[in-house]
Amino acid sequence: MKVLVAVKRVIDYNVKVRVKPDNTGVDLSNVKMAMNPFCEIAVEEAVRLKEKGVATEIVAVTIGPKVSQEQLRTALALGADRAIQVETDEDVQSLDAAKMLKAVVDKEEPNLVIMGKQSIDTDNNQTGQMLAQLAGMPQGTFASEVEVEGEKVKVTREIDGGLMTVSLNLPAVVTTDLRLNEPRYASLPNIMKAKKKPLETVSPADLGVDVAPRLKTLKVEEPQPRQPGIKVESVEELVDKLKNEAKVI
Amino acid sequence: MSTLVIADHNKGELAGSTLSVIAAAKAIGGDIDVLVAGKDIGGVAEQAAKADGVNKVLAADNDAYGHDLAENLSLLIAEIGKGYSHLMASAGSVGKDTMPRVAAMLDVAQVSDIMGVQSEDTFVRPIYAGNAIATVQSSDSVKVITVRTTSFDPVAAEGGSASVESVDSAHDAGLSEFVSEELAESDRPDLAAADVVISGGRGMQNGDNFKMLESVADVLGAAIGASRAAVDAGFVPNDMQVGQTGKIVAPNLYIAVGISGAIQHLAGMGDSKFIVAINKDEDAPIFQVADYGLVADLFDAVPQLEEELKKVV
Repeated sequence: MKVLVAVKRVIDYNVKVRVKPDNTGVDLSNVKMAMNPFCEIAVEEAVRLKEKGVATEIVAVTIGPKVSQEQLRTALALGADRAIQVETDEDVQSLDAAKMLKAVVDKEEPNLVIMGKQSIDTDNNQTGQMLAQLAGMPQGTFASEVEVEGEKVKVTREIDGGLMTVSLNLPAVVTTDLRLNEPRYASLPNIMKAKKKPLETVSPADLGVDVAPRLKTLKVEEPQPRQPGIKVESVEELVDKLKNEAKVI
Repeated sequence: MSTLVIADHNKGELAGSTLSVIAAAKAIGGDIDVLVAGKDIGGVAEQAAKADGVNKVLAADNDAYGHDLAENLSLLIAEIGKGYSHLMASAGSVGKDTMPRVAAMLDVAQVSDIMGVQSEDTFVRPIYAGNAIATVQSSDSVKVITVRTTSFDPVAAEGGSASVESVDSAHDAGLSEFVSEELAESDRPDLAAADVVISGGRGMQNGDNFKMLESVADVLGAAIGASRAAVDAGFVPNDMQVGQTGKIVAPNLYIAVGISGAIQHLAGMGDSKFIVAINKDEDAPIFQVADYGLVADLFDAVPQLEEELKKVV
C-alpha cells in the first residue's frame, strides 16, 4: 500500500520564540528551522510500516517556500521514497493546506495518510481532520498505536482520561501523538542517498487551490509575564504561606 | 447572531468544560443553544438546560453518536449548526477531533483554542506554545471555534430553565467503528478541572516515586500531572501530561515537583493562580514562574510536605 506523509517546516523545538517589536508576528529571521516534531513521528511510522512490509511506497509532501525542501530531504533520508513540494511563499492556513493536500491525495491515491496532530508554530490541530473531511476519509487523530488489518486500520487514540481504539476503513487519515514511536536519526549514507531521490515541485495553482486566508492576524504580543515570586526556606514556611498568605489550602 | 455550543459529557454527566464554553459564548453575545449528542443523554440535556444563559437544548440521542466518532458527529453538527453564526466546542479531545471536520464541511476556517473574545469576529489565542499571543479576526460568515476552557470562568450550573428539544437525525457516515476504550479509573478529580494539581517531572526518577505525589494529592484532593519529560521517560502515561502537547490546566494551586520548567510545560500550567516549585536546582526555569519556590531534594521535601499539610488541612 501507498502511504502519504505530510511534513511541515517550523521553528526548531528548542529555539526561544521572540515576538517582533512591531507586533506583526514572531521573528523567524536567522532562527534555526526544523521538521515539526509530530511530523517526524509521522515519517517514522510510515517507515516502520514499510519495514514491516505493510507499506510499499512512501511519498512525503510539504507546503511552503523553496527552503522547505530541506525538510523533504530529511524525510527522504529517513526512508521516504519520493517527495512533492507545493511551493508557495504565502501564509497558508489550515483549510488551504487541507485543500492542497486533498489535491495531492486525488492524484496520488494513497491508502493511508499520516501527519502530525499539530504544528508547534500555530498550534491549530486542524489540517489532518480537515483533509479527512475533504477527502471523504475517516480519521484516527492523536494516535498512539497504528495497526493495518486488511482493508482497515486500527488506531488507538489518546483521549481525555485515557485511550480509545477505533477501526477505520481505508483510505484513512492518521494524526500522530507523542507516544506513537520514537523517531530515528538519519544516517550519513542515507542523507547522501536522499539527495538523489526524486523531488517534484508544484504550485498551489497547479493543484487548483487559491490561497485565500480567512483569518487575519491583527497583532501578536508577548504573554503577560507572571509577577516574580519568592523562595521559601523550608516546607513549614511553604505550608504556612499557602495557608495564611495565598489561602489556597 | 446566535451560538450553538457542543456539550462535553462523561458517564451521563455534563462536563464542567461546557459551562466555560457557554461563558465564552456569552462574551460573544446573542442567543445560546446547546447541542448534546450521544447515547442515553437525557440526563445530560436536563443538566445543560439548567445552566445559566442557555436558550434551548437540542438532544440528539442515537447510537451513531455513542462514542463521539468525529465522522458521525461532524455531520450532525454541520446539519444542526445551519443558521447559527458561531459553533463552539471546548478544546478537549472531542472538540479538537470533530470541529475541524465541521469547518471543512462548511468551507470556513476554524479558530482553535481561544483564550479571549474581543468582538463577535475577533479572538485571542496562544501560538508557539503560548510564547506568543495572537489576536485574529475571522472573515467567515460562520465562526467555528474551540475554547481553552481554563481561560473562561464557568457560568452557573443551576438557575437556568431552557427548553429541551429532541433531534431525530441519525448520521452514520459508515467510515469508522468504535472498538474499545481504556479509561483511567480514578477517584481523583479530572486533571483539566481540578482545583489543585501536583505534577512530577524527570526528577521523580521513576514511576514508583509518583506514589509520593499520590499521598500528597490524597491530602489535598488534588489531581496528578506530569511533565513531558516524565512521560517520555515512561514514568507515567501520556494522559497525565501537562503542557503544549498535553493538558492545559489552570488550578488555584499547582505544585511542580522535580520539574525544570521547559517552555512547553509552562505553556500548560502558566495560568495557574498559585504555583509552587520544588526542585534541587536553584537555577531551574520553573522558579521564574513560581510564586513560592523551595530549593530542596524532593525526596526529603515531599514526605515532609505531606506531614505538614496533614496538620493544617
